[in-house]
Amino acid sequence: MLSTIRTLWYVFLHMFHKRVTIQYPDEKAYLAPRYRGRIILSRDPDGGERCVACHLCAEACPVDCIALQATEDENGRRYPEFFRINFSRCIFCGFCEEACPTYAIQLTPDTEMGEYKRPNLVYEKDDLLINGEGKYPGYNFWRVSGVKIGGKDKGEAENEGPPVDVHRLLP
Amino acid sequence: MTSPYPILAILGILVVVMTLAAGLIWLERRLLALWQDRYGPNRVGPFGLLQVLADMIKIFFKEDWIPPFADKVVFVIAPAIIVGTVLMSFAVLPIAPGIIVSDLNIGLLFILGMSSIGVYSVVLAGWASDNKYSLLGGLRAAAQMLSYEVFMGLALMGVVLLAGSFQLSEIVSAQRRVWFVVPQFAGFILFLIAGVAETRRLPFDLPEAESELIAGFHSEYSGMKFGLFFVGEYLGVILISSLITILFFGGWMGPVLPPIIWFVLKMMFFICFFILLRAALPRPRFDQLMSWGWKVMLPLALANLLITGAVALAWG
Ligand code: SF4
Ligand code: SF4
Repeated sequence: MLSTIRTLWYVFLHMFHKRVTIQYPDEKAYLAPRYRGRIILSRDPDGGERCVACHLCAEACPVDCIALQATEDENGRRYPEFFRINFSRCIFCGFCEEACPTYAIQLTPDTEMGEYKRPNLVYEKDDLLINGEGKYPGYNFWRVSGVKIGGKDKGEAENEGPPVDVHRLLP
Repeated sequence: MTSPYPILAILGILVVVMTLAAGLIWLERRLLALWQDRYGPNRVGPFGLLQVLADMIKIFFKEDWIPPFADKVVFVIAPAIIVGTVLMSFAVLPIAPGIIVSDLNIGLLFILGMSSIGVYSVVLAGWASDNKYSLLGGLRAAAQMLSYEVFMGLALMGVVLLAGSFQLSEIVSAQRRVWFVVPQFAGFILFLIAGVAETRRLPFDLPEAESELIAGFHSEYSGMKFGLFFVGEYLGVILISSLITILFFGGWMGPVLPPIIWFVLKMMFFICFFILLRAALPRPRFDQLMSWGWKVMLPLALANLLITGAVALAWG
């Protein structure tokens, strides 16, 4: 009985506590920089698309909401012909970001993606691609990988020695 | 002391009480939020007051569905009974001198009788829904309200002894010198607890315990029929608060302010207390509820009545 009265009193005292509600549309909640929200595709420091259309994100995605088609440009750089994310299925797990070998696909702290029509939640490459480098500035996949593309031959990547002639016996 | 224009009094009380019951939904949500460090509905209109209106419009346009397996007639009558009986009880409440529909000389008995009939609403609703959870809710309601009604009546007999009348206006006049809460403090506590149980509000909302019985006796109800149960519950809260005010806190009496203001102030205080109870207390187990009622409250009510009777007899 006494504990009941004490409970009543403590609850009554909550009248003078600060309210914890964040009045959302007027007042925004703080989202950490690594919050998993709207997905973007980022670019190299020199402006090329980072995505190499390896399909790893599409494979990693637990709900299969990424669809893409690989193609190659005149320099031998692979890139996605189309890249489509169906956000009405995406669960913002971030697996795609973890799977991506080139830091191309990234999740951003933006959650305000409401739409009245479901088809509007399907984002095409135009909607996803941004003009910056996102969370990993300075990283350029084609400059660190040993793949040969137009304008960069074998052995010319960063931290890469000249190629070894495997037919020679001398070390 | 009946009002000179009975029709006016009837309409006035009806309109005010119904509006108040609707407004209470808003008040309850705001107060609960306040005590839980939230805001509650604050978007529609000033302070969210129009939320009530929005809810009403919504509930009026909801599909009013009667399950095919239900006992149709009883199913429809049940929600009407609760609102009907509670509104009938308001007829004998003296709000202020002259503002009363019918000053029955057995007013208190009338109210007790009406609240007993109100039990039928819940029991019949549970029975007619033909759903095991509803039935369980109805059963619980029957057991709970019958056992709590026993000492609710007994707790009030102390007041009747002191006032020497069942007439509510007489009881108010008898408190001219001292409010009955002083000589009848035990009776007041008992009545308060019984009142909460009678309106089936938390912590005594076992008939509708959401976490155990979905929504208990009104699981199958929708639309305005559900709305009637809802309004009936709030009407019950207003009724019990008014009764506490009238029986133990001197009704309309108070200095300076006009009587009706005093009445409303005291009543609102107890309504807020009801809401605080809901915000703070968990629901007991059903067997705890029953044994608490029969083993603690009933003997206390009897002892209270005995002592009051002895004292009243000794002082003549
Ligand atoms: S966040 Fe998860 S669900 Fe969404 S696209 Fe990436 S892998 Fe798929
Ligand atoms: S976004 Fe990343 S993981 Fe997905 S296809 Fe492009 S490079 Fe591969």
